[in-house]
Amino acid sequence: MKLLRPSPPRPGKNGRDQNGAPATKPTAKDQAVEGAASAIGWLDERTGATPFLRGFLYRKVPKGTNWYYTLGSATMFAFLSQAITGVFLAMYYEPDPTRAYESASRITNEVFLGELVRGMHRWGSTVMIVLIFLHMGRTFFFGAYKYPRELNWVIGVVLLVLTLMMGLTGYLLPFDQRSYWATIVAVNLNASGPVIGPYLADFLRAGSEFGPTTIARFYSLHMLAVPGLIAALIGAHLYLVAKLGTTAPPWLKAEKKDLFTEEV
Amino acid sequence: MADSPKFDKKSRYTGGRGIAGSFEGETVTRRRLMEGGAQLVGGVTVAAIALPGLGFALGPLFEDTIPTRWQDVGPEDDFNDESYVPRVINAEPRVGDAGKTTIYVRRFDDQRDKVNEGQDPQPYVAISTRCAHLGCPVRYIQASGKFVCPCHGGVYGFEGQVEGGPPVRPLDRFYTRVTGGRVEIGDRFSLNSDLERFSPRDPSNHLDGLWQYIYPSRPTT
Repeated sequence: MKLLRPSPPRPGKNGRDQNGAPATKPTAKDQAVEGAASAIGWLDERTGATPFLRGFLYRKVPKGTNWYYTLGSATMFAFLSQAITGVFLAMYYEPDPTRAYESASRITNEVFLGELVRGMHRWGSTVMIVLIFLHMGRTFFFGAYKYPRELNWVIGVVLLVLTLMMGLTGYLLPFDQRSYWATIVAVNLNASGPVIGPYLADFLRAGSEFGPTTIARFYSLHMLAVPGLIAALIGAHLYLVAKLGTTAPPWLKAEKKDLFTEEV
Repeated sequence: MADSPKFDKKSRYTGGRGIAGSFEGETVTRRRLMEGGAQLVGGVTVAAIALPGLGFALGPLFEDTIPTRWQDVGPEDDFNDESYVPRVINAEPRVGDAGKTTIYVRRFDDQRDKVNEGQDPQPYVAISTRCAHLGCPVRYIQASGKFVCPCHGGVYGFEGQVEGGPPVRPLDRFYTRVTGGRVEIGDRFSLNSDLERFSPRDPSNHLDGLWQYIYPSRPTT
């Protein structure tokens, strides 16, 4: 157990400082700092986290990087907020056609802070949709989708569709008149697709009518399948951002000196 | 090695291709065989988990879970051939109130109602309130004799045929029968613009001409 052994002697630690004078006893603060540093060191030695994090968090960004570049992270934090509030809502929500409405209204009216958490989830969904569109607009107008970042644009479009699917599947869950009829219309919109549309609608409803397992199906898609895919694709999206770097804003002209000067 | 006449890159045998440690008559190296075998085992394992899961999720596409049943909506005296009488039936009995739906019922009128060849007319006309556009509930307006949808302004005539707005086909109907002087409502069916009968389709599915093949009949209905 290396952790429990005393650390090897260092200059100034053997009762003498660098000048040979007796050293002062380490204070509680010094010991705490030392302990924290050694704990981080223990982890770092076994995971190699520091070089990874240094490369990931302190990577170079082009000149002209501005606040618009934070929209992607903002979308991700909106997703994380949705995930966290969603986990807590799932503790009280019951995905059953005869109990869904009552459990949702109990969250709002009776559960301690339920109104706040449900409100965060409800408004957070709108915020996430707004942010993801702003992020996409930023990427488009800055030309950041061009070579070699096309794949990241494609992943982003899939993330956009999945985010909209979150909105669609979540809308049913309060199970009031508005969500019921909105879902009827949304499912029938799916049914309007040629050939596979009617089957898609049957898949969403789990049958030809809005049945006893429809709401459970939407709930499962809303809290397990789609968020899992989103989390995985955010990982791929971030990996590519870190690997390829970000683009400079389009109004920044390339410095000709750098382009045409050759080192001899 | 490539220059040596002894070895031929295109040889069937690993020995002929000059691979070290080859056996005589061997066409696949042991390493390749093991790789292929491991991938096969992995693929079978993944399929053994994924396929039942997929079938579980897609199963409802291939079964008709709502059995045919006849619902009593009242004695024959309650209905006439002049105007519609609203009745509530249960379209999906397993979801409580959410499964209830309104229908409009009147007696079949052989003077006015069209009879299509080869299709027995129903003794009563039972019109579904599910709009053929996107499924909102339509309402019968007595004064104009029309069905009107609140969502996107679909208008249907007295027989449920489209008269305006976005709907793509007439309102669905239900099979009807009379048992012991009482009117009973059975399964849903859809109609094209000639009021010809089809198996039930989702709202938004066209049924005229070639459209009926683009929106096929499904196993669930």
